Amino acid sequence: MLFIPGNNPSMLQNSDVFESDSIIIDLEDAVNVMEKDSARNLVRCYLDNLKEKKAELVIRINGLDTTYYNDDLNQIICDKVDAIMLPKAHVADLKKLDEILTDLENQRKITKKIKIIPIVELAESLLEVEKIVFQNRVDGVLLGAEDFSSDLEVVRTKGGEEIFYARSRIAVSCAAAKIDAIDTPFTDTKDNIGLAKDCEKAISLGMKSKSCIHPNQIEVVNEMFSPSQKTIDWAKRILQAKIDADKKGLGAFSVDGKMVDKPVIERAQKIIKKAEKYHIL
Amino acid sequence: MKIGIAGTMESSDALITVRPSEKINIKVESTVFDYFGEQIKKTILDTLNELNIANIDVLCQDKGALDFTIKARLITAIERMKKSV
Amino acid sequence: MKNCLNRFVPEGFASFNGSNDYKNHISEYKKIPEKKKTSSYKTLGSIGEIFDYFNITNGSTLSFHHHLRNGDAVLNLVCVEIKKRDLKDIHLAASSLFPNNDLALHDLIVNQNITKITTNYLNGKTAELIGKGKLKEMLVMETHGGRARSIETGELKIDLAIIATPCVDKDGNGTGKEGKNACGVLGYAIPDLHYAKNVVLVSDTIKEKIENPELSNEYVDGLLIIDSIGDKNGIVSGTTNITKDPVGLKIARDATKLLKELGVIKNGFTMQTGAGGTSLAVASYIKKEMIENNIIGNFASGGITGYYVDMLRNGLFEKLYDVQCFDLLAVESSLVDKNHIFMDASMYGNPYYNNPIVNGLDLVVLGATEIDLDYNVNVTTDSFGKIIGGSGGHSDTANGAKITMITTQLIKSRIPIIKEKVTTISTPGEDVDILVTERGICINPKRQDLLQKLENSKLNIMKIEDLLKLSYEITTKPANIERSNEVIGVVKYRDGTIIDSIYKLKE
Repeated sequence: MLFIPGNNPSMLQNSDVFESDSIIIDLEDAVNVMEKDSARNLVRCYLDNLKEKKAELVIRINGLDTTYYNDDLNQIICDKVDAIMLPKAHVADLKKLDEILTDLENQRKITKKIKIIPIVELAESLLEVEKIVFQNRVDGVLLGAEDFSSDLEVVRTKGGEEIFYARSRIAVSCAAAKIDAIDTPFTDTKDNIGLAKDCEKAISLGMKSKSCIHPNQIEVVNEMFSPSQKTIDWAKRILQAKIDADKKGLGAFSVDGKMVDKPVIERAQKIIKKAEKYHIL
Repeated sequence: MKIGIAGTMESSDALITVRPSEKINIKVESTVFDYFGEQIKKTILDTLNELNIANIDVLCQDKGALDFTIKARLITAIERMKKSV
Repeated sequence: MKNCLNRFVPEGFASFNGSNDYKNHISEYKKIPEKKKTSSYKTLGSIGEIFDYFNITNGSTLSFHHHLRNGDAVLNLVCVEIKKRDLKDIHLAASSLFPNNDLALHDLIVNQNITKITTNYLNGKTAELIGKGKLKEMLVMETHGGRARSIETGELKIDLAIIATPCVDKDGNGTGKEGKNACGVLGYAIPDLHYAKNVVLVSDTIKEKIENPELSNEYVDGLLIIDSIGDKNGIVSGTTNITKDPVGLKIARDATKLLKELGVIKNGFTMQTGAGGTSLAVASYIKKEMIENNIIGNFASGGITGYYVDMLRNGLFEKLYDVQCFDLLAVESSLVDKNHIFMDASMYGNPYYNNPIVNGLDLVVLGATEIDLDYNVNVTTDSFGKIIGGSGGHSDTANGAKITMITTQLIKSRIPIIKEKVTTISTPGEDVDILVTERGICINPKRQDLLQKLENSKLNIMKIEDLLKLSYEITTKPANIERSNEVIGVVKYRDGTIIDSIYKLKE
């Protein structure tokens, strides 16, 4: 997922050339308070002009604690938008946003259901993340580590020990709701080795994707989050064995000497799906 | 005096300045004027028509912005002009 | 007269007839005799003494190299002397001109002290001045290999080669690799050294003895020692770093994926890239590929940057063929590493040289300011007709290499890089095989062999006509611009024929 500043024409017009699965057009932190109007109009005109979408399109609006979010939503909601990213999310905010979106969808005769990606970046939000993940429209949760660590009054480090608990809790909650846990961006855009290490840590805790704040981070993130050839080969073997077993009418079967049961098959299916997504099958 | 300004002089952007006027006056300065000067004027004129505005001075200082950017900057400049005192 | 690409050729020039037409004329190729050998040289005390000793008069042709790039002071000092003497109709034959020379050249061009310029590359204010039609005679733009040919055949006759030489010895030998302003190998100065009527070395460092000098004293007629020939730091001018632009990096990644699919990156392969940011980024991804798969290339060539030196030192290439150093790391390496091999301009890219280095290239990665539906490439002017560079080694390598790949952004500041017809043809489309942009890759249909290999590719390979259509969808179709009919210069292809003309800018 790639963040694109909402008021930057040159980045907007090139946003679709990179290999990210989603583009997050940012109306919040990347836009100065004096330019909120300008950014909204720019994004509006960009969307009007957009003919073909190559990636999922997400808009980060300003939080429901600001005076900007209503204008944001009024201006940008259309059928090209796949999801709204909501900063400083609470359960109450999500219910309110769901209602606003329902109204706008009805008014504008939008046939699809626009999803919501809440950002957990407050201690309070983390404590209710188990509820957040089950709210209507919620399709993934992003950890916002910068605000989260300042809420905790701890120093944000490259090692990321301070967000260990937040990552784990979000990952577990998202897994329970079968939605994606999205990791916080790595802020040093020049340190791709540090980025790879950060990805490794996030993956080990169960984060399923990562946001990027610079296009040059995408390659590393894709490499880290896409399944390895070894894993893909394993998944293929499992699924082939399943087909063979079904033909023979076998209920239980084994691969490489290990019993294959339902969770293993599901994991193999997920890996193949992911591999398809990254075009590495 | 009423005035509205929006945009920047960065590459791929345009800086648009609008003022009330008797009729429509459009002035375009562009790094790509030879190729897109007429197209930029047309975009501005189409946008003014859409907004039903017939009495405005528009100065567009363009750095190779695409039409969607010019349109957006113009809309913002007009909104800002209306709000200015 | 129009040439085979339907471009205008002014009276008195030969018409371009295809990039391999030179092969039909190899038997006719005749070099003029080399200049007379000398047994001693004259020590000269000033630029003025050089003019007196070699009898520089109205109409003389003076030649220079550009190895000090934007740090050169020698051409500027000579300009001061021309102005002082108010010489007229001087023909300036400099292998390239840089913005550093702008100030010195301005008045000389306007006042017709210099009335003719032959060069391979120029930009900045001098280019602008010539674009406005201020140079009395025609600007002649050559390729690096073409200039060597032109000098060897006497097409470009040089009265005096004034060679800025970072280090000389007491016997009159010279080298670019040593001295306080060491700028590395002097590949472009060699044809001048061998074929000019007279040769003078201008240096600011003299030592007892130079081992293996590139400039042999048997060609040297005069020697002048001055305080400073310039600033070696000026050689690092222009873009010689890997791009950080995400779009450029995306292009470089796709280019490398494509090369991988084509099986180009393999043991013993040879390559050259331009020194532009995107080309260097391609080199950096190729390097990664080589390390991961234990691939060792035979050679890399061209103007050499520290980036390639690093690859040589890490054993990724067996050798480097270097015509010009682009940074100080390359300068140092050219002095100490025996696998960092000097090549002169003729050995590099002269079509009539017996098997020049460019003919051994598997791959060359180049830039473009414009490319058209016939794959013709422009690196001479921008889309407004303004002179912004020149072929340099572009056409030489494109013709020699087995695969010529152009990497460029599809759109620069709203201007689509793909044109129906390029403003100026520098390199003919018949020598261009692949175009890689951030929104699509095009393969010249004449390379069916490449297209076949890519049949199952997941890369976004499309027809160039479709990619042009896509750029118009983004930018809208640009208006047709009218340009003047007044020809102010010619683009000479490497074999000496005219591939295109350069027109005066509209006021």
